Amino acid sequence: MVDLKTKIGNLVMKNPIMTASGTFGYGTEYADFMDISQIGGIIVKGTTLNHREGNPYPRMAETPSGMLNCVGLQNKGVDYFVEHIYPTIKDIDTNMIVNVSGACIEDYVATAAKINALKEIPAIELNISCPNVKQGGMAFGTTCEGAHAVVEAVRKVYDKTLIVKLSPNVTDIAAIARSVEEAGADAVSLINTLMGMAIDAEKQVPLLSTITGGLSGPCVKPVALRMVWQVSKAVSIPIIGLGGIMNATDAIEFFLAGASAIQIGTANFIDPTTALKVADGIKNYLERHGCSSVSEIVGALKVG
Amino acid sequence: MKKHLLDLTITENRFIGENHILMKLTSNEKLPGVVPGQFVEVRIDHTPTVFLRRPISINFVDYKTNELWLLIQLVGDGTNHLSTLKAGDVVNIIMPLGNGFSKPTNARDKVLLVGGGVGIAPLLMLGAELKRDGFQIDYLLGARTASGLLLLDEFRKYGDVYVTTEDGSEGETGYVTNHSVLRKQRYARIYTCGPTPMMKSVASFAIKEGVDCEVSLENKMACGLGACLCCVTETSVGHKCVCSDGPVFNIKNLKW
Repeated sequence: MVDLKTKIGNLVMKNPIMTASGTFGYGTEYADFMDISQIGGIIVKGTTLNHREGNPYPRMAETPSGMLNCVGLQNKGVDYFVEHIYPTIKDIDTNMIVNVSGACIEDYVATAAKINALKEIPAIELNISCPNVKQGGMAFGTTCEGAHAVVEAVRKVYDKTLIVKLSPNVTDIAAIARSVEEAGADAVSLINTLMGMAIDAEKQVPLLSTITGGLSGPCVKPVALRMVWQVSKAVSIPIIGLGGIMNATDAIEFFLAGASAIQIGTANFIDPTTALKVADGIKNYLERHGCSSVSEIVGALKVG
Repeated sequence: MKKHLLDLTITENRFIGENHILMKLTSNEKLPGVVPGQFVEVRIDHTPTVFLRRPISINFVDYKTNELWLLIQLVGDGTNHLSTLKAGDVVNIIMPLGNGFSKPTNARDKVLLVGGGVGIAPLLMLGAELKRDGFQIDYLLGARTASGLLLLDEFRKYGDVYVTTEDGSEGETGYVTNHSVLRKQRYARIYTCGPTPMMKSVASFAIKEGVDCEVSLENKMACGLGACLCCVTETSVGHKCVCSDGPVFNIKNLKW
């Protein structure tokens, strides 16, 4: 009997599949296509202390096997979330997790403290890796000191499961992962988008309003797998892997590389039901391989 | 309106001129009801360069034959791939998406539907439903040249059709906003879809004449569901998603 139940810190999930922040709205946008409560966790849109309009259009460019975006954390701020959005999602019978971002440590702390008070939000994902904001965001995720400082400060006010989302735009992601583990993170998720750009050769202009943006989709999967592998050798807290997962086989590869759970991101745009298809496919794989839980294949990669 | 993820089967896929196709699709189940102006997201499989779905406006739904019509301009690898599909092929579609055009309040109103290029697509079904509901319809359709005027016989079923071409090869010469019908008729409402400069020009005319005007925007999209926030346009209340808050907007809400 295969049981997909997975634990990340104190977070208990029906299965190891989450939907990635910024690709799944608040979950309700996808409710017409499936029972979204069957997804292990739904990480809602990046939330900041204050309202943000985000970057100008165009914010998206299709690239080979992927896409670039520069949305820039458009959201109405944490108070709006608490008053208007939380009441509409709190009764969804799965883990509703809030992705928290900020321009300075005080913003992260204030936002996390407000979310901490919400009974039906069992975890936050601290976004120290957004490539699309001028201040904060990725700036905290690209140095060990910055990452340590923001996680340590948030840890003091946040007592539920604290996941930290790491940037791939660094020389040594394992070192950053160790810093956030030491600062009190319960888990790390990786990777956020890779910095990239796209150009219209005929018009000789960039395709994004901000010139550079974050690359996602299957084209980043090899990079993500490599980083999950490296981080799994460096920390003992659980890893949530993401980056270009389109199907169950992709997900299995992340488990083998050392991830305890995975997120579906860009694939939601192609097939809105990807998360549940991946859950079925993982179950099928585990049955075929005589395993009863995902934990049996986490980090089980056979290397010479 | 509930959104559906459907595998539809192509019943007909033919070229209209050199650069457009009219694809008709059906299902064993009854197609979901749609509001004119809504769109679909078409999945493009088996091409090495296309990754995302393509948003395509709904040209018409023939409820009698249970067929969805998509009028598609061939602009890149995705739409070119769609042109190679044959009757019997299956296409995965999310529909219906976005908000359609609203109906005028006064049942005897005369309305103008202005389309340019492939932007004429959603105006066919809009005209059909407005005519059914008793409104008087004039179509004003523009293209660069005569071969770009598509499906004129279909449009003539629902209203008088006035045309302009930039090279004068059919109808009046110039842009839609230069057409003489605009000086002769008085409309209660204008609906427009087409290239942005054309829509802005129609919007200016509507503002000048004090006529209510709805436009259908087309921005680059990823999800089509209001989740990714990529396709925003600036409105009087900040960034709004073209996919889920639009694609139809009243011009009074846009910063035009």
